[in-house]
Amino acid sequence: MQTKRMTFPGRWLPFALLAPQVIITLIFFIWPAGQALYQSVLREDAFGLKTTFVGLENFARLFRDGSYVNSLSVTVVFAVGTTLLSMSVALLLASTVNRMIRSGSTYTTLLVWPYAIAPALAGVLWWFIFNPSIGIVPYMLEMVGYRWNHRNSGSDAMLLVILAAAWKQISYNFLFFLAGMQSIPQSLIEAASIDGASPIKRFWTIIFPLLTPTTFFLMVVNVVYAMFDTFGIIHATTQGGPAQATNILVYKVYADGFIGLNLGSSAAQSVILMVIVVALTVIQFRFIERRVNY
Amino acid sequence: MVENRPWANFFAHAVLIVGVALVVFPVYVAIVASTQPPDELMRGTIPLLPGSHGIENYTQMWQSGVSSANSPPAALMLWNSFVMAMAITVGKLFISLLSAFAIVYFRFRFRMFFFWLIFITLMLPVEVRIIPTFQVVADLNMLNSFAGLSIPLIASATATFLFRQFFMTVPEEMLEAARVDGAGPMKFFKDILLPLSVTNIAALFVIMFIYGWNQYLWPLLITTDPDYTTIVMGIQRMTSEENPQWHLVMAAVVMAALPPVLVILFMQRLFVKGLTETEK
Amino acid sequence: MSRFTLHALAVGVATASLSLSAHATTEVSWWHAMGGQLGEILEGITTDFNASQDDYRVVPSYRGTYTETMTGAIAAFRADEQPHILQVFEVGTGTMMNAEGAIYPVYELMEDHGRPFDLDAFLPAVVGYYTDTNGNMLSFPFNSSTPIMYYNRDMFEEAGLDPEQPPETWSEVAEFSRQLVDSGAASCGFTTSWPSWVMLENFSAMHNSPLGTLENGFGGLETELNFNNELVARHWDNLHDWQEENVFRWAGPGTGPDSEPMFYSQDCAIFFGSSASRADVAANSEFEVGFGMQPYYEDVEDAPQNSIIGGATLWAMQGHSDDEYAAVAAFFEYLSQPEVQADWHQQTGYLPITQAAWDLSEEQGYYEENPGADIALEQMTLNEPTENSKGLRFGNFVQIRDIISEEMEAVMTGDKSGQEAADDAVERGNNLLRDFEAANQ
Repeated sequence: MQTKRMTFPGRWLPFALLAPQVIITLIFFIWPAGQALYQSVLREDAFGLKTTFVGLENFARLFRDGSYVNSLSVTVVFAVGTTLLSMSVALLLASTVNRMIRSGSTYTTLLVWPYAIAPALAGVLWWFIFNPSIGIVPYMLEMVGYRWNHRNSGSDAMLLVILAAAWKQISYNFLFFLAGMQSIPQSLIEAASIDGASPIKRFWTIIFPLLTPTTFFLMVVNVVYAMFDTFGIIHATTQGGPAQATNILVYKVYADGFIGLNLGSSAAQSVILMVIVVALTVIQFRFIERRVNY
Repeated sequence: MVENRPWANFFAHAVLIVGVALVVFPVYVAIVASTQPPDELMRGTIPLLPGSHGIENYTQMWQSGVSSANSPPAALMLWNSFVMAMAITVGKLFISLLSAFAIVYFRFRFRMFFFWLIFITLMLPVEVRIIPTFQVVADLNMLNSFAGLSIPLIASATATFLFRQFFMTVPEEMLEAARVDGAGPMKFFKDILLPLSVTNIAALFVIMFIYGWNQYLWPLLITTDPDYTTIVMGIQRMTSEENPQWHLVMAAVVMAALPPVLVILFMQRLFVKGLTETEK
Repeated sequence: MSRFTLHALAVGVATASLSLSAHATTEVSWWHAMGGQLGEILEGITTDFNASQDDYRVVPSYRGTYTETMTGAIAAFRADEQPHILQVFEVGTGTMMNAEGAIYPVYELMEDHGRPFDLDAFLPAVVGYYTDTNGNMLSFPFNSSTPIMYYNRDMFEEAGLDPEQPPETWSEVAEFSRQLVDSGAASCGFTTSWPSWVMLENFSAMHNSPLGTLENGFGGLETELNFNNELVARHWDNLHDWQEENVFRWAGPGTGPDSEPMFYSQDCAIFFGSSASRADVAANSEFEVGFGMQPYYEDVEDAPQNSIIGGATLWAMQGHSDDEYAAVAAFFEYLSQPEVQADWHQQTGYLPITQAAWDLSEEQGYYEENPGADIALEQMTLNEPTENSKGLRFGNFVQIRDIISEEMEAVMTGDKSGQEAADDAVERGNNLLRDFEAANQ
C-alpha cells in the first residue's frame, strides 16, 4: 500500500476528521454485526426474557433444516440465472453498440436508464406484466396454451423474479462491457479483419478473451447483486413463495427474524451471509487485481 | 468498426431496437396502466394503448394516495424520499471527504486500523445485519424519523475509497506550495483539494442520490408511520392489498421512477464516471 | 388532506387543549394495526373515551401491519419503551401468553384495579380463545371475526337454485356448485380466502375434531399437532377432486388473495371469508349477496359444533405504573359496555364480545336492516365450545399456518394426497412447536 510522503502535522485533527465516519460505523455497523454474532449462539424467546447459550446449535439446526438447504439452492439458481441472463444480453447489446459510430451514444442513453429503477419497482412492474388475470404476458401465453400462474407454480415464480432482477442489471453490465470493449486497441481488430476474419470470428477470438477481466469482475458483482440487493424484488412480489420457491437467503433472514420472531436462527443466517459476503469481497479485491490499486 | 457491411448494420440495428424495446417495455406497460380509468383494469381487459384517465389518476395519487392501503399521498412520499436521498447523499459525501482527507494527508497512530475498520463496512450490507441494526435504531429511539432513515446508511466505504484514490493522485507540489504559504490543513482542504474534487463529488452525487432514493429494506424496517413512508416502500404497501388499485399503483411507480431516471438522463456522463470509479 | 390526518389533527388539538387544563390526566399509549377506515373508527372510540372523563387518556398509534406492530412492540420492550396496550393478532397468542415477564394478564389487571369483569357476560366462543385452562381471560378481545359463507344470489337464481337456501352440507355445496357451473351461470362453484383458517382450523372446530393434543395447545407447551386424521385428509382430497370439476378453485395460500377478486368478478358463486369482510363485500359486489354458515359433513356425528374466531385482541404490557394500569382498566371497562361494543360491531362487522351487545343490536333492529349480519354470531354460538372448538394455542403459529397452506397447495396441484400433505404439515409444524417449547422453557 502506498503512503504519501508528505503529510500535515496534527495530533488531534485527523481523529476529529475521522470521528463522524468511525462513530457511525461503530454504532450502526460493527455493534449490530457483533450483536448478530452474539445472538446466533443463543436461543431466546421473542421478548428476550429467557435466553440460553446453545453454542453452534442454531447453525447445526439450519443445515439439518430442509427449508434452509432449499433456500441455499434457490439462491444459487436465482443468482446464476440472473447473472447469466443479464450478462449475456448486456454483452450482446454492448458488442452491437460498439460497432455503431454515429448512433452509439443514442442507443447507450436508451439502454442505461433502468439502473435508476429500484429493484422493488422492477419487481412490481414485472409482477404486473405477468399477473394471471390482467397481465399481458399470460394473455399471450394462453394463446399458445400455457397457463401462467406464478402463485401456484414455483418455476413460474422463479422465472418472474429472475426476469425482473436481470432486467434491472442489464444497463449496469452493458456500461462495463462497453467500456471494456472500447479500451481494446483498434489495431488488433483491424489486423484481424485484414486477415479476413468475420465480425463474429473477431468477437470470439479477440474481443471476448480480452474482456475476461471485465467479465470476471461483472460476474462477482452480479452475484453479489443477486444475493443482496434483490430483497426488494422478492418482498414486493412473491414474498419467498410459492412454497419457498423464491425464498432466497436474504429474504429468509428477514422472514425468520421479523415475521417468525426466531431471532437465534435469523442471527445465525446473518452470520453465514456475512461469511459469504466476505468471501465474495475478498475474491473481488484479490483476483480482480487489475482494477484495484491501493 | 472496420468495414461497411449493410446487412450486418441492418441486423445490428434490429438487435438494438429489440433490446431497447425489451428494456422499455415494462415501463410502457406501467404508463399505459396508469392512464386507465379505475374499473378498466378490474374487469380483466388488457389495454395496449394509453388511456384517457391519466390526469385524474396522477392527481388522485399525488393528493390523496390510497387510504385503504394506508398509503399516504404520493406528494408526501416523494418528499420523504427526496429528503432521505439528499440526507444520505450529502451526509455520505461530507464524512467520506473528511475521512479520506484524514487518511491520506496525516500520519497518526492507528491510521491503518481505522482504514480497515472503514473497509469492513463494505462487507456488512444492511441485509446481513437486519435484526440487530433494527434493534439498535429502536433503542436509540430513531424509528420513524429522517435521522433513522439516513444516518445508519451514510458510513459505508465506497465514497471514502474513491476520494482516497483521487487524493493520492493530487500532485505533491500542491501540498508543498500550501505549506510554504503557511496554510494549515483545513485551508488546504477547503481551497485546493475540494475544488479539484468537484467532478468526483458530482459523479458520486449522482450515484449516491440514486442509491438513497431507491432504498427499500431499510425504510421498510424502521418506518411504520405513514407520515414517513418513502415512495419506493409505499408502493409495496399498495400492492400487498387484496385488490390493488393498479391504475393508481402504476401512477405511483412512474412517479417513483422518474426522478432517478431523469438524473441519469441529464447527468449521464457524470453517472457513468461515478459508476466506473466506485467499482474499483 | 386525508381524513386520517384530519382526525389525527383533531386528536392533537384535543390533546393540546386537554393538557392546558390544570387537571393531570394519566396517559396511556395503544399500539394497533388498524389502518384506513378501521383506524378512523378506532380513533373515534378513543376520542369518545377521552372525552367521557377527565382522569385518563388513551393515545392510539398505528404501527403497521399486525406483524410489524408486534415486532415493533417486542423491540420496544427490549428497549424498555413498550406501549401500555398492544393489539396482537390471534396467531401471536402463543408468543404473548408465554411472555410472562412482558404481559399483564387482563383478568389480573381488572381485579387489581377493582373493575368488574363478569366472565358470564361474555360470549364463550369469543372469549374462550383467550382464556387459560382455568378460564381466566389473558387478553381483551377487541376485533374478532369468524369465517362465513358469502354467495351470489343472482347467480343462484340464474342456475335455478333458491337464493334463500344456501347449501348447508358439503355435499350440498358440491351439488349446488355443479349446478351453477353446468348451467353456465358461474365458471366455478366456490373458493376460499385464508385456506388454513377456514379449511383446517375452523373446519376441525365445526366437526369437533382436534388440531393438537393438550386441548389444542391450551394445556401446555408440550402440545403436538394431530390433525392428520381421516376427516381432514378426506376433505382436502375432496377439494382437489372438486377443483377438477371447477366446483372449487384454489385462490392461493396464506390469505388466499385471489378469492375476493374471483367472487366480485362473478367467476365463483360462493366465497368463504371473514365475517368482517361484510362491508368490503357489500361495496365491491354488483350483485345480491347472501350469507350462510360454514357447511359440514353430515356423516360426522358432532357436526356442526361451532366455529372459532380470528382477528386480534388487546394485551396489557408490563413495566408501567399503577396509575397507568388504572387507566387501562378503565378503558377496557369502557370497551366492554354494550353501547360501545354494539357500535363497533355494527360499523366494522367485527363480532360483539358480550351477549348484552348482541341483544342491544337486536333491539336496535340492526339485524333486520342488515340480514346476514348475525349469521356469524349464530354460527359461533351453535353449541358450547368443546376442547376442540375453543380455539387453538400454538407457538410459532404464524409460520405453522404458512406451512399448512403450503401443504394444502401441494394437494391442489396434485403433488400430494390429502393424507400425505396433512402428515407433512403435522411433522413440519411439530418441529416449530418443539423450537418454541425450547425457547420458552
